[in-house]
Amino acid sequence: MSVEAPAKPRLKTSAMIASIAAEGQRTVAAPFGHALSKLAETKQNIVGMSADLAKYTDLHIFQQNHPDRFYQMGMAEQLLMMSGAGMAREGFQPWLTTYAVFAARRAYDFLCLAIAEEGLDVKVCCALPGLTTGYGPSHQATEDLAIFRGMPDLTIVDPCDAIDIEQAVPQISDHKGAVYMRLLRGKVPAVLDEYDYKFELGKAKMLRDGADVLFISSGLMTMRTLEAADRLRADKVEAAVLHCPTIKPLDEKTIIKAVAAKPGRLVVVAENHSVIGGLGEAVAACLLGSGTVPSGFRQIGLPDKFLDAGALPTLHDRYGISTDQVVARTLSWLG
Amino acid sequence: MTVSATNMPVAELSRRAYNIRRHALKMGQVQGQGYVGQALGVADVLAVSYFRALTYRPGEPEWEGRDRFLLSIGHYAIALYAALIEAGVIPLEELETYGSDDSRLPMSGMASYTPGMEISGGSLGQGLGIAVGMGLGLKRKGTGQFVYNLMSDGELGEGSTWEAAASAAHWKLDNLITIVDFNNQQADGPSTQVLGMGDIAAKFAAFGWHAQFVDGNDMEALVEAFDKARELDDPRPRVIVADTLMGRGVPFLEEREKTHFIRVDEDEWDKAIEVLDAGYAAAAA
Repeated sequence: MSVEAPAKPRLKTSAMIASIAAEGQRTVAAPFGHALSKLAETKQNIVGMSADLAKYTDLHIFQQNHPDRFYQMGMAEQLLMMSGAGMAREGFQPWLTTYAVFAARRAYDFLCLAIAEEGLDVKVCCALPGLTTGYGPSHQATEDLAIFRGMPDLTIVDPCDAIDIEQAVPQISDHKGAVYMRLLRGKVPAVLDEYDYKFELGKAKMLRDGADVLFISSGLMTMRTLEAADRLRADKVEAAVLHCPTIKPLDEKTIIKAVAAKPGRLVVVAENHSVIGGLGEAVAACLLGSGTVPSGFRQIGLPDKFLDAGALPTLHDRYGISTDQVVARTLSWLG
Repeated sequence: MTVSATNMPVAELSRRAYNIRRHALKMGQVQGQGYVGQALGVADVLAVSYFRALTYRPGEPEWEGRDRFLLSIGHYAIALYAALIEAGVIPLEELETYGSDDSRLPMSGMASYTPGMEISGGSLGQGLGIAVGMGLGLKRKGTGQFVYNLMSDGELGEGSTWEAAASAAHWKLDNLITIVDFNNQQADGPSTQVLGMGDIAAKFAAFGWHAQFVDGNDMEALVEAFDKARELDDPRPRVIVADTLMGRGVPFLEEREKTHFIRVDEDEWDKAIEVLDAGYAAAAA
């Protein structure tokens, strides 16, 4: 009788449809909904509008606290953008929510021409960015940054955790103009309060320094690069993490400075997005354009393909954005 | 000075419509082309809008108390410029700059260029949805202004139009009046052949709108329709489907083989204005 290795447990998609929190990780419930509700107490012109996804974008918290300032626009993303534009024209600051796929793929023209080209003060906050659902390509916005980076006059924010979101909401509100924010919703991990960190719109922040590798990351991948940096110490690899939550306009000055400070460091850009058209390519263009050449440059991101359905931990591992994968790939690049 | 809904007699409205047509032809002549057929067709609608229905201040186009007038069909900019010139929002001399470099009157209507142009239209199917948001916004502010949205029959092919139509009824936007310029022409041919919409008024009515279908070149009928749309005591949004004739007022253009973009030869512009003048003089006599 042969002895078989115990099979890896087969994870179920439904157990973690869209939660990115690791087991035991400290989380905050609905940070976006609470932050917006709180802000709306002092800013009377804020209204919330959703395309049949208020409950799934944490806007229901705002809806509960400010019912007369919530507008249900139905399952109609084009209308969501148009009516948001109309509201802004009448002096209100609409916060629109849907899923990132629908905003980017379906409603692009409406966000572009009715809102951004008009310079209107509209905030578009979209859940399920990148690979944060196991529902497959219909729900995975793996190319939203590539789509939106081409839109002039659109500010793009990709926050890491609950702390980032809480701090970003008032600053996004104070910034006059169109903003697209990738939204982590539900029970959102809290990690950045352990660092001397404050979100500043348009700024990248060095969270920790290290001589061998410089991670430049945005969104939830900053959690992973921070964890990876901790674990890499066991292999005597010192890693720096530069968190870059504003994708556009990119904080080129800080990025160039960080790379130029230690040109011998391997630069690894990590993002929860396709390697096509996201932060990785933006950083590469910025470095090449400024003549700042690191000793090596690598991208960690989602492959240029339609991704599988499945449980998120499985998929993150399969596509190379789990902490394990970040550690393993970095070590392999360092040789 | 505030212009508000008045009892301007039909003869005076017809004179305004004639002037709007004349301004549009003059602008068309500057470029040698333009959506002149549409402008001639919709001139009566614009005359009733700006001299019967809307409240506004010509010298203060962003006055908060104004009724909003959105041109969803940015392509028709030449028609709205003509109306804004006639309304005193844009000075007559600027007509000469139409479609030229650094002009405030670009060939497609854009909000940042032109006083009185409320939105950048032209990506079709957006005006009605923006009007929904503005209608909701005006209600939030508790003010009584109307949002007018001028759109085309071709825009009915855009699904976003129907998202907006459903929402306007859902939100009981009785401060929203949309006018559909039904000239039965779009880029690839007659609208009814490109994508037949059947009974447009009935479709809007089925969506929960108060719908009227009128002859868009009959001044009396337009006045009645606009008055009714404003005065109705009813929570429904309002639509006026205006059946217009491309080239109206210049018979040789009315009869020209219908295309989206009427061809006018260089030597015909002066002739078109002469014919328009003669037609108006005969009708007014």
